[in-house]
Amino acid sequence: MIALSDYLVLAAILFCISLAGIFLNRKNLIVLLMSIELMLLAVNINFIAFSHYLQDTAGQVFVFFILTVAAAEAAIGLAILVVVFRNRRSINVDDMDSLKG
Amino acid sequence: MTFEMPNLLPALPEIFLLTMTCVVLVVDLFTTERTRGATYILAQASLVGTFFITLAGWGEASQLTFNGSFIRDNMGDLLKLFVYVGVFAVFVYSRDYLRARDIYKGEFFVLALFATLGMMVMISAHNFLTVYLGLELLSLCLYAMVAIQRDSLTASEAAMKYFVLGAIASGMLLYGMSMLYGVTGSLDLAEVNRGIAGESRNMIAVFGMVFLIVGVAFKLGAVPFHMWVPDIYHGSPTATTLFIGTAPKLAAFAILMRLLVDGMGTLQTDWTPILVILAVLSMAIGNIVAIAQSNIKRMLAYSTISHVGFLLLGVLAGTAEGYSASLFYVIVYMLMGLGGFGMIILMSRRGFEAENIADFRGLNERSPWFAFMMLILMFSMAGVPPFLGFWAKLTVIAEVVKVDMIWLAAVAVIFSIIGAYYYLRIVKQVYFEASEDSPPLEVAADTRVLLSANALAILVLGLFPAQLLAVCRAVFPSLAS
Repeated sequence: MIALSDYLVLAAILFCISLAGIFLNRKNLIVLLMSIELMLLAVNINFIAFSHYLQDTAGQVFVFFILTVAAAEAAIGLAILVVVFRNRRSINVDDMDSLKG
Repeated sequence: MTFEMPNLLPALPEIFLLTMTCVVLVVDLFTTERTRGATYILAQASLVGTFFITLAGWGEASQLTFNGSFIRDNMGDLLKLFVYVGVFAVFVYSRDYLRARDIYKGEFFVLALFATLGMMVMISAHNFLTVYLGLELLSLCLYAMVAIQRDSLTASEAAMKYFVLGAIASGMLLYGMSMLYGVTGSLDLAEVNRGIAGESRNMIAVFGMVFLIVGVAFKLGAVPFHMWVPDIYHGSPTATTLFIGTAPKLAAFAILMRLLVDGMGTLQTDWTPILVILAVLSMAIGNIVAIAQSNIKRMLAYSTISHVGFLLLGVLAGTAEGYSASLFYVIVYMLMGLGGFGMIILMSRRGFEAENIADFRGLNERSPWFAFMMLILMFSMAGVPPFLGFWAKLTVIAEVVKVDMIWLAAVAVIFSIIGAYYYLRIVKQVYFEASEDSPPLEVAADTRVLLSANALAILVLGLFPAQLLAVCRAVFPSLAS
């Protein structure tokens, strides 16, 4: 039997991995987008675990909305990525340094 | 289980705006560059229509609908009315700017209208789900609006940064929501508030609350979650900066109130210290770093950060008077921001972006009238009496004093004096330095009229602030006399 706390620990670990992926990654913007997706999935695990544990469907409904919004978000993220690539022929995170002050 | 038809009347402004936005979207398909005015007029007409629909419901008692996930109350209505005013002014100011840069497209208006809808949903949210959906509808539109100038290097970079940091903020917010859902078993804000009241100082609830505050602080742009603000304000086309810097602040204030006061009012002793730290850091970093800026958009971005610090002062006081002071502050800030960024648009022309403070040199020789408008705006942002900005600062500081946080009030006063330096520096550039080249300002008549009205409103409301203050107090049931 898997306890509720196991799910929460898994979600917390995934959440930390995604945060580390965003802040430590200096190479590729695609990895950044993947980290963002992972972050939302970690939250989904939390919601579903709680929803099952509490016997309340509201959490699962929330997950459907998060999944839908995540899809829209990925679409916009990739569109912006294409624009960035067209303008500077690179998707290296380190190259994004023209705005400073 | 039966399906009950929800009462749609409280959401009538949202439904109307959604319908009209779809109409604008379709109409825009049939317009060309020359007839784009149709899209513009239709977009403005839908804002005006929504304004009057909201105004018609003004003053009624609060109503919940859609199973308690949507609330229509007077605070929300007041914020919405000012959102419409803000977006209307943004459209007027940015029309010529967009045309001169070949981005006068229907998309700008449609995205802005959808963003407005997102703000309205955020303002009326009474459930974690509606908070999240409204926030995402706003954010997704804003990411696209930043990137609307597709061939611009800085705009695309700003859009990417905004997207990544905005997504982190949403992730944080969601993580906090999931924790609070786990503790209370409900997504409804009132239920959550009751749920965490039962157990005294539940650690998981406080843990979730911290994540929620981080998410909202990101959206507001409070230090230490402010890194995106200067870059995005700088990199975006000025029309988008104008939009991002004004109306969404009202919506961010609304979700701050909904989540902290309606949703976690029982944890007030836990969130007050966090807000104190955010407020002090925002006022400090915002005002000090702004001094070092030579780009006026960056300077106004840091000025926004410092204004957010002041805004938090009223909320952290934790009294209904404090909330109404913050409400007043955010409305005043929006009016000043509209004027400030409007002036940057006014100074720009085809092929030239008035981005540097030096570009404002000798404005007095070119147009004494707009030099005077700039003076009003800068004095108001600095908090010089009798302009409106002075009353906004005065009311929030007075509320902090009332709850015996005198040291915090002293800190706020010191930082607003430091902040006065960089606002007055612009006034000095405008009046006492000569410009290198002085072509006359080329702006459409409607922009001139509205911008003048905008600045004069700050002066007139500053002379007679009682009305607006009274309205801001009356929307809180416990203060309505």
